[in-house]
Amino acid sequence: MAFYRPAPYQKPVAIAVLLAMLALPSVLTAFGQEFYIGFATRVLIFALAASSLNLVLGFGGMFSLGHAAFFGVGAYAAATCLNSGIGDALLAFPLAMLAAGLFALVVGAISLRTRGVYFIMITLAFAQMAYYLFISARVWGGDDGLSLASRMTLGGFSLSSDSALYFVALACLALSIVFLGRLADARFGRVIQAIRENETRMEALGYPVFRYRLICFALGGALAGLAGALLANLTGLASPNLLQWTQSGTLLVMVIIGGVGYLYGGVVGALVLLCLEEVLAGFTLHWHIALGLLLLGIVLFAPKGVAALFGKRHG
Amino acid sequence: MAEALLEVRSLSRRFAAVDALQGVNFSVEAGEVHALIGPNGAGKTTFIHHVSGALQPDSGSVHFSGADVTALSMHQRVAAGMARSYQITNVFLGLSALDNVALAVQGRADAGSSFRFWKPARNEQRLFDEAHDFLNQVGLAWRAESLAGNLAHGEQRALELAMALATRPKMLLLDEPMAGAGPEESARMVELIEHLARHVTILLVEHDMNAVFRLADRVSVLVNGCLICTGTPDEVRADPEVRRAYLGDHL
Repeated sequence: MAFYRPAPYQKPVAIAVLLAMLALPSVLTAFGQEFYIGFATRVLIFALAASSLNLVLGFGGMFSLGHAAFFGVGAYAAATCLNSGIGDALLAFPLAMLAAGLFALVVGAISLRTRGVYFIMITLAFAQMAYYLFISARVWGGDDGLSLASRMTLGGFSLSSDSALYFVALACLALSIVFLGRLADARFGRVIQAIRENETRMEALGYPVFRYRLICFALGGALAGLAGALLANLTGLASPNLLQWTQSGTLLVMVIIGGVGYLYGGVVGALVLLCLEEVLAGFTLHWHIALGLLLLGIVLFAPKGVAALFGKRHG
Repeated sequence: MAEALLEVRSLSRRFAAVDALQGVNFSVEAGEVHALIGPNGAGKTTFIHHVSGALQPDSGSVHFSGADVTALSMHQRVAAGMARSYQITNVFLGLSALDNVALAVQGRADAGSSFRFWKPARNEQRLFDEAHDFLNQVGLAWRAESLAGNLAHGEQRALELAMALATRPKMLLLDEPMAGAGPEESARMVELIEHLARHVTILLVEHDMNAVFRLADRVSVLVNGCLICTGTPDEVRADPEVRRAYLGDHL
């Protein structure tokens, strides 16, 4: 293993892409393709969710199969906030992150006592428990989920236009990526990456491994919660399906396609998967077959993911 | 007599039908090199795991530096001043030698919290300066930038030692530091341990009898989970029970 270190050209490329994305809504509007602003927002949101899983899986080495639970809790928290009068994202988003982060803290505190396949199963179990809880609780709308009467505001500005929400999602993703990039290089990031490689050795160097893992897990949960809050605004609904294990699977697939343990792995994976879905679903209902072939190709020919073709780990 | 740095009192541990350790009493005085020897399967590794905190005993207790540490986890014992090296080289192969030791320095309580999420650790000159000093102590300073995976076997063993030293231990627990080393590497390791022994107490588990009798102030012999003898190298060498049970024609 090595500590994550971006390729030297990564930063200028990222800034160029960011600038292009700032211009995207006006370009799409100019061509009369406003519909795709919503789609782009979806990509950004899933990029954030997948990146949060990549923190847990790629950097922390924790193979969680329940990450969608935190995504969903964020969405429900946002919907609950809005419906109870907290309509400003400046307050509602942090609350959603707090709710998801605290839930992750509880799940992690129990799950992280197990290893390997047991950890996979117990995170899955927690997520399914949360799923059934939301489905069966009337206050949260049961099967139908919790709909949002309107979109939130942000510091007084309405997010009801698709471009406005797009820019908020872009800002959230960009800030999260900056944070994750700094984290990977900071003391905490070095510790969790070393724990991923050899937890016993880290324990023998005096590190309380469990605590570091737990904080990493909770941070990932909180970021997923932020993505959930954004998605609830986009779709106007906090749906129980967000917590389902297939959703966790989708996030995992995104991270694996993009690149486990690469800063932009989640972003690239979300982009590839959602674009593929968008394009192929126009041709055939069986677009999953193509997805399967893509996954197969990636595992065989680029096992570290697409982002790995561009970034590298330093030696 | 001054209180021992490490004191193990009637430690017992059973694995299924095997009594791996049976009422072991054992102590390491501050400043000494205490070697633990015994034939394969005698329970040395199990014993080390109980001292380091990787395993919990069925009964008995472990006292370190005046405190009962039996219930403490491994990382807590490290923080209390007990560092260990591994029998099988256990370093981060993908990291440079310097990064390996810097991780060990960073883990120390006096190096500050590692729950820092923003400032690049790379720029913390103090961590790396200190890591460099420890590499220097084991004669690896010139390899600081090499990947640990590219180091020779003996160098990896030395790196392992540097990492243990970087935790600033009161006691070093060395689990077969000579394992897998050639005669030349062994000789260098013996010299290194001799050098370290001037600054730190050492509990040495080792198969290489030449090394043991050269380095140790006291030797304890573990056979079938029982500690049958403790004494100076000469006493142990002369002990008839030890000769019968273990050393045989080695001496």
